[in-house]
Amino acid sequence: MQYTAAMPSDIAAAVISNTPLSDDYNVLALAAPAIATAAIPGQFVMVKAATGHDPLLRRPFSVFEILNDTSGAVIGFSLLNKRIGPSTSLLYDARLGDRVSCLGPLGTAFTMVNAPSEAWMVAGGVGLAPFATLASALVKRGVTTTLFYGARRAEELFYVDWFRDLGVRLILATEDGSRGERGRVIAPLEQALMARAPEQPVTLYACGPEGMLAATANVAATFKRPCQVSVERTMGCGMGGCYSCVVPMRDAQGQRHHVRSCLAGPVLDADRIFWD
Amino acid sequence: MDLSVRIGSLTLKNPLVAASGCFGYGVEYADLFDLSSLGGVAVKGLFLSEREGHPAPRIVETPAGMLNAIGLQGIGVRRFVTEKLPELRTRNVTVVVNVCGTTIDEYAEVSRILSDHEGVHAIELNISCPNIKEGGIQFGCSLIGTRDVVSAVRKVTKLPIIPKLTPNVTDVAAFAIAAEDAGADAVSLVNTFLAMVIDVETRRPKISNGLGGLSGPAIRPIAVRMVHECRQAVKIPIIGMGGIMDARDVLEFMIAGATAVQVGTANFVDPLVWGKLLDGVQDYMRRHDLTRISDLVGTLDLKGKVAAAAH
Ligand SMILES: Cc1cc2nc3c(=O)[nH]c(=O)nc-3n(C[C@H](O)[C@H](O)[C@H](O)COP(=O)(O)O)c2cc1C
Repeated sequence: MQYTAAMPSDIAAAVISNTPLSDDYNVLALAAPAIATAAIPGQFVMVKAATGHDPLLRRPFSVFEILNDTSGAVIGFSLLNKRIGPSTSLLYDARLGDRVSCLGPLGTAFTMVNAPSEAWMVAGGVGLAPFATLASALVKRGVTTTLFYGARRAEELFYVDWFRDLGVRLILATEDGSRGERGRVIAPLEQALMARAPEQPVTLYACGPEGMLAATANVAATFKRPCQVSVERTMGCGMGGCYSCVVPMRDAQGQRHHVRSCLAGPVLDADRIFWD
Repeated sequence: MDLSVRIGSLTLKNPLVAASGCFGYGVEYADLFDLSSLGGVAVKGLFLSEREGHPAPRIVETPAGMLNAIGLQGIGVRRFVTEKLPELRTRNVTVVVNVCGTTIDEYAEVSRILSDHEGVHAIELNISCPNIKEGGIQFGCSLIGTRDVVSAVRKVTKLPIIPKLTPNVTDVAAFAIAAEDAGADAVSLVNTFLAMVIDVETRRPKISNGLGGLSGPAIRPIAVRMVHECRQAVKIPIIGMGGIMDARDVLEFMIAGATAVQVGTANFVDPLVWGKLLDGVQDYMRRHDLTRISDLVGTLDLKGKVAAAAH
């Protein structure tokens, strides 16, 4: 996996637009060209939603889209936000022109495959976030790309047309069956892996709830397919300073260690993680 | 303007030190800014051997603060001196090593190993971590324990020794006195306050360890009070900390009696906070005609009339 030693930027980014997608989800566009230009798919940004001390800490967000102006120049990036607590509520309610402090890009990115290997992305809920930039980059390299995308209900499947227009094959699932297959996205993923000949290479990329990641890692191991997961841990700093965001992982000797997901990740090799 | 301060035999180029556990081993921030511009860096607590710490989740946010129970994950002193210290030395960092132990012998052994290596400038004795059963707090909560750890380490090193005191006691000044009597060169305070956050939906604690240590601006007034109490009780320098977010907070601790300060949680919020703190301190010195920052230490005026609070 790639590690960028490039210095992160700290930018008080102006809100360019705030687009609600549902009662819980929104896309927040931020003017931060330095971060947007440097970011590679899978990296994250530490975002401080409040201007004062409450809530105090930054929160990690995947870079969702890279934004360009009409001339094609990079002007910033967007976040896919789900309202779950004080910081994400502030970001849900952010207004045009508000300043949001952004530190990034940070962390280890996805390692991109080359054709003829295919890329299968597995997203659950807000775990869709890192896949817009990854899909764009993969499609650009001529990699056949599929998105397995699960959510609670049809209204919470976002950007489906966006991915389709990019040329991504879509396999959808909703827990209530209102769109795509009923149930979790793992079932169609498993069927697709079963149907695929072993000599046809495919790499899995997953982001979403911990249970979904563990299940994806499990089927990847069963079908002996490489799998990279983007984990989400509570992070204090995003820079390796606090040791909050650790993931138990196997080292080269098979020993179990707590690895900081802000530096070694957020993208990690699924088969080295202890899913306990 | 002279920003330097003295901690025992050690001169810091300014009073700002990165707090232990909040700045990794320092090297994590080396590409972000010049680490030698700090007064010092207190690295993550080290035992003799490696430790994995507690499972995640290890932190949770609280009003104007955070709770942590990392559990002193660390690479151990031997890996530190071979893998991290050389880079810190090349970068001319003033290195304070936060030393942990489960026994008095372990504190002494870790300190002895560190003393054999060039590039370690001071030893901060972590006798105050609230998050692990045998993380030294049993020494930090007992006057005899505090004395015994400090005297044992005093025998094996000439480096400045700075016991780090816990606020989880009734009379912190008594512990500062015990440390001074046993030969400490300075004391640092405060470590975090033992605290708890519960998820009411699940009725479970929000961090895996159950209890954790509270830090950040929420604790600052208590920490300032404790520095003030220690200043009246001992002659050795005090390194003050707890919730420093801006230059005003640095100055508050110094006026209360801290010769230097450490900054922890604020570094998570803003890893570039250091330049802002230094600018603010220098601006204050200009406004108050101070040529030496050390002249500010302990200048609290308890006799003057208390002005009505500005709103
Ligand atoms: C995540 C975290 C880890 C910490 N680890 C250590 C440690 O290893 N050793 C130690 O002496 N103090 C440790 N502390 C305590 C800090 O050094 C400091 O005493 C405390 O956080 C108060 O300062 P602050 O409010 O500026 O953070 C830690 C604090 C935090 C928040």
